[in-house]
Amino acid sequence: MLAVMLLSAAFLLLYAYGFQLVHDDIQHFNEQRGGAPSTVLPYDVQASAMVLLGLYTVNFLAGIMTIFAAVGAIAAEIESGTLQAIIPKPLARWEVIAGKYLGFLAMIVVYLALMVAGVVTVSATIGDYRPPNVLAGLGLMILVSTILLSLTMLGSTVFSTMANGVIVFMLYGMAVTGGLVEQIGNSLDNDTMVRIGIMTSILVPSDAMWKLASYVVQPRVAVNMLGPNPFGTAAPPSDFAVRYALLYCATLVVVSMVVFSRRDI
Amino acid sequence: MQATEWTNAEIRAANVTANVDAEAAVETIGLSKSYGGNAAVRDLSIRVAHGEVFGFLGPNGAGKTTSVKMLMGLVRPTSGRASLLGMPLGDREAKRHIGFLPELFRFHDWLTGHELLDLHGKLYGMSASARRRKIPETLQLVGLSNREGDRLRSYSKGMQQRIGLAQALLNDPRIVFLDEPTSALDPIGRLDVRRIIETLRAEGRTVFLNSHLLTEVEAVCDRVAIISNGRVVAMGSMADLLSGSIVIELRLGEWDDTIETLVRGYGSIEDIGHAENGRATVVLEVVDEEAIARLVHVLVSRHVAVYGVTPRSATLEELFIEVINRDGAVSVT
Repeated sequence: MLAVMLLSAAFLLLYAYGFQLVHDDIQHFNEQRGGAPSTVLPYDVQASAMVLLGLYTVNFLAGIMTIFAAVGAIAAEIESGTLQAIIPKPLARWEVIAGKYLGFLAMIVVYLALMVAGVVTVSATIGDYRPPNVLAGLGLMILVSTILLSLTMLGSTVFSTMANGVIVFMLYGMAVTGGLVEQIGNSLDNDTMVRIGIMTSILVPSDAMWKLASYVVQPRVAVNMLGPNPFGTAAPPSDFAVRYALLYCATLVVVSMVVFSRRDI
Repeated sequence: MQATEWTNAEIRAANVTANVDAEAAVETIGLSKSYGGNAAVRDLSIRVAHGEVFGFLGPNGAGKTTSVKMLMGLVRPTSGRASLLGMPLGDREAKRHIGFLPELFRFHDWLTGHELLDLHGKLYGMSASARRRKIPETLQLVGLSNREGDRLRSYSKGMQQRIGLAQALLNDPRIVFLDEPTSALDPIGRLDVRRIIETLRAEGRTVFLNSHLLTEVEAVCDRVAIISNGRVVAMGSMADLLSGSIVIELRLGEWDDTIETLVRGYGSIEDIGHAENGRATVVLEVVDEEAIARLVHVLVSRHVAVYGVTPRSATLEELFIEVINRDGAVSVT
């Protein structure tokens, strides 16, 4: 846990340093051009791209951390035997799932809130740029990690820790790749690729929620000028997708509780 | 008053009531568990009365742990039913009054002994004041008072079993399930556990002891069930199971028809072994100890040399091996 905090702090420092370099670079370039607004892209679009990169990294780190933290939530406790003295206590099995889930959720919320605050603060102080809709973006990023948490939790009630890790990472990778395939499909006007992307988003909606988060924290001008790219999208998922993702998490939690209630320990 | 804090008087009162309505502390009816067609426990029907120390014996792999795991809600029975304190399995109120030391005693080893007990106290639903009172008391009972601040990962195997026992006794349970509670303990630790079980019995609590350490069971249990290949092959009070005839081995200086007739008057001969020097070793089943004394007296008065009288009184071990062998089990521990 300490290692995660140190590494996250290191990331924020590096990010601040990088932002400073980009900022100085653009200013220097503009000065050379006699103050005329003649960069290829307006400053706000470049700064927005920097924020997007920062948030993308934070989103990725939070997702990985969630999977690693929760991969053995139930499985490792069954394997080590620590649950044998817990289950006979006066509590129901679903409460064990609920307790662990809420604990991890709290960890995700705190981590993401701190990290997003870090990125936005760097952008505001060093880059003098304030991205829009930060809170909505944070909420969607929390949803991304919550989707991964729900998936990991369910896997942990079914599989061994090792198998669960492999399976969840494969699904996570599939979601990211599926998102890319959908974007390429959109640019190429290829229906099959778009459909593959949509299907992976139904199976694991984490990448779709990131796409929406990335969309809301950029000004429209930036979205339009940057176009579709691996970190963001010009065609965000709908509100329906958000409701689907929330329902997806709730369903997975309930299924985890049912599966765990029937499991022999 | 917390529901978890039962005074001895209350437990005795509850037991009296229980005896009136004949409610058992533990009852199973046709409890079975099979794993993919392999029966681990078959048709287990037992009844443990309140205040009883019940020994559940059997060779390794006989189904003892699976049976207890079913009672503890860790394993779902394939069929049959069971109740604890008159409540169906999984009843939250019943679970408040149950303590369990698993065979595989593993705890979150980053906690200190005190923290572990505090966590488990919270899980039992004990109030902060009840925990403050019971934790030092229980640590004292299991002999870990001086190590309560140390992390569990620094504990020896034996100390981990002791903290596991503490965790099972913290809530003053009405029934304590102990699955091989002395497997990691040295002889002194085993005596400690025996002393604790005797204290629990004196307090009127019910103890369900899973073990294959027969001397241990013999020393503390009121009643036993022997399980083999998932089935109960013998069950009854210690006295009933071990009473009945006494078998002795008699080594005599001579043996002839007269002596044989004489000996037959005191019991039934199970086996006669003749030595080259005319001596004989006779295995004789007699009805009671008095018969042995009278027989020896008669033999000596007739100048028959008696070289030895060795009682082969049935021990739990003999009974155990006999019933397990009769059942055709392969391994006997």
